[in-house]
Amino acid sequence: MTSPLRKEDDHLHSEYMQIAMGPSHPAMHGTVQMLLTLDGETVVDVDVRIGYLHRGFEKMAEVCTYNQVIPYTDRLNYVSPLCNNVGWVMTVEKALGIRTPERSEYIRMIVCEMSRISDHLTSIGAGALELGGFTPFLYAVQAREEVWEVVEEVTGARLTTSYTRVGGVKADLTDNFAERWAHAKKEVERLIVDVDKLLTRNRIFYDRMAGVGVISKEDALDYGFTGPALRSTGVDYDVRTYAPYLLYDRMDFDVPVGTNGDNYDRYLVRIEEIRQSFRIIDQCLAQMQPGPIKVDDWNIVLPPKPAVYNTIEGMIAHFKLIMEGVKVPAGEVYGYIEGGNGEVGFYVVSDGSGRPWRVKVRPPCFALMQALKPMIVGGLLPDIIPTFDTINMIGGEIDR
Amino acid sequence: MSQKVVEAIQGRFPDAIVSTHALRGDDTVVLKREYLVEVCRFLKDDPEMDFKMPVDVCGVDYLGRTPRFEVVYHLFSVSKRQRVRLKVQLDESDLEVPSVIGVWKGVDWFEREAWDMYGIKFAGHPDLRRILLYEEFEGHPLRKDYPQRGYQPLMPMPTLPTEV
Repeated sequence: MTSPLRKEDDHLHSEYMQIAMGPSHPAMHGTVQMLLTLDGETVVDVDVRIGYLHRGFEKMAEVCTYNQVIPYTDRLNYVSPLCNNVGWVMTVEKALGIRTPERSEYIRMIVCEMSRISDHLTSIGAGALELGGFTPFLYAVQAREEVWEVVEEVTGARLTTSYTRVGGVKADLTDNFAERWAHAKKEVERLIVDVDKLLTRNRIFYDRMAGVGVISKEDALDYGFTGPALRSTGVDYDVRTYAPYLLYDRMDFDVPVGTNGDNYDRYLVRIEEIRQSFRIIDQCLAQMQPGPIKVDDWNIVLPPKPAVYNTIEGMIAHFKLIMEGVKVPAGEVYGYIEGGNGEVGFYVVSDGSGRPWRVKVRPPCFALMQALKPMIVGGLLPDIIPTFDTINMIGGEIDR
Repeated sequence: MSQKVVEAIQGRFPDAIVSTHALRGDDTVVLKREYLVEVCRFLKDDPEMDFKMPVDVCGVDYLGRTPRFEVVYHLFSVSKRQRVRLKVQLDESDLEVPSVIGVWKGVDWFEREAWDMYGIKFAGHPDLRRILLYEEFEGHPLRKDYPQRGYQPLMPMPTLPTEV
């Protein structure tokens, strides 16, 4: 019986080699398996297998109140959890038909942009590491640490932030936030310059990245690409400018686009987006005014503690919100924001009760990962590494 | 989303539509199953529609209602900046919908996930395997009649296919 791996028309009677890359492989961060068929070092075929981090987010969400889902959203994209927090509550608020006070929207934009910075830093740093650049990785992680220090001060946690609530945010920014951020920003900007100098014009890095993992504009759209990966092909789709949510319409920032749709362009887009995020945060801090951070409606947000302990209305409102949750009118909405990797969408079907009937997450890298096959087939085995990096697959959100 | 798109589908395919509705600006068209591929192709190719991007495909289980299942498609047009949601309702006895993978390549994994989670068959999909769960998994976990704490039989350690 001949092997299915046997090459046709090959006088040496050689066979293709099948190897499993992952799920526990140093470069397959996020736990994914690629079942590769190789001809020497050339990738002939690949079967990308995901699901190793599947934990039933959508099933769990069906028995939680809308606010109880927030901690689960931290674990979706665990390098930019705040974007998911914001995306989820904004979807619920869309279903409720409310907008939160202006200050809370500024705060949400600030934390989203901080998350985006840490997301891009992770992607760039890990990408450099796996191509052999250990120093830029340390710089990028140090810069991310600076951002996470601020995130920790604001939200109380580095990663499991759960910062937003339906109807506002958990707490206001810390009093010294502006100074803390100014310090962190200075450090991150300095480190970004270092990373930039080490990588952008580095011959080895350039040769590994440029012209590798190319996808055309048409294919990118067809595969449902969003975020930096789509922008690297030249499409300027960014949810922040195409459908401005929060107060992004008041912000002045540029959307960087690439031309080639290769790994190098995806890297450059990310580097530039970090700088644009700084601009957005600066504008938010300059524009925001003191004010409430939650809507004034006890059917949606918890009453203040003195009201809970001293008034019957406050206590009942508190009890109803904890036990039954926010009542969302029956119907279905799709809410979406620009996450670190692209469009993070939540499709929520409500039956009118305090718990969602159906939650579907639209993770951006789900669409990106299905296009990994055309991006790496025909290329070399080592080229999988940079392509997989700039796709920036996040296991938590792809497997849910 | 855009009312214009709904009107265009209504004008072009008057027989295809079961109902339309909108909530918070999300325009939705419920289609008859047999017209799905035709409408999708029109939405992608018509220059006024230009829905080049499939955003999301998912299943929904409305246990206790007939038809019980729905397949929901979210589409986006970058050039026209418009969105639309298409739905196809399916009865439990005939859980099959034509795959639109011929229109957009990007629905591949999304359709596999809907098969995995709800057992909805996408006719014409070239590789309709489970995606998040393993092949031996029994049942479809996002169905409402699958218990929250469902147990699965233990499986032997999988091995890599080597020589066949």
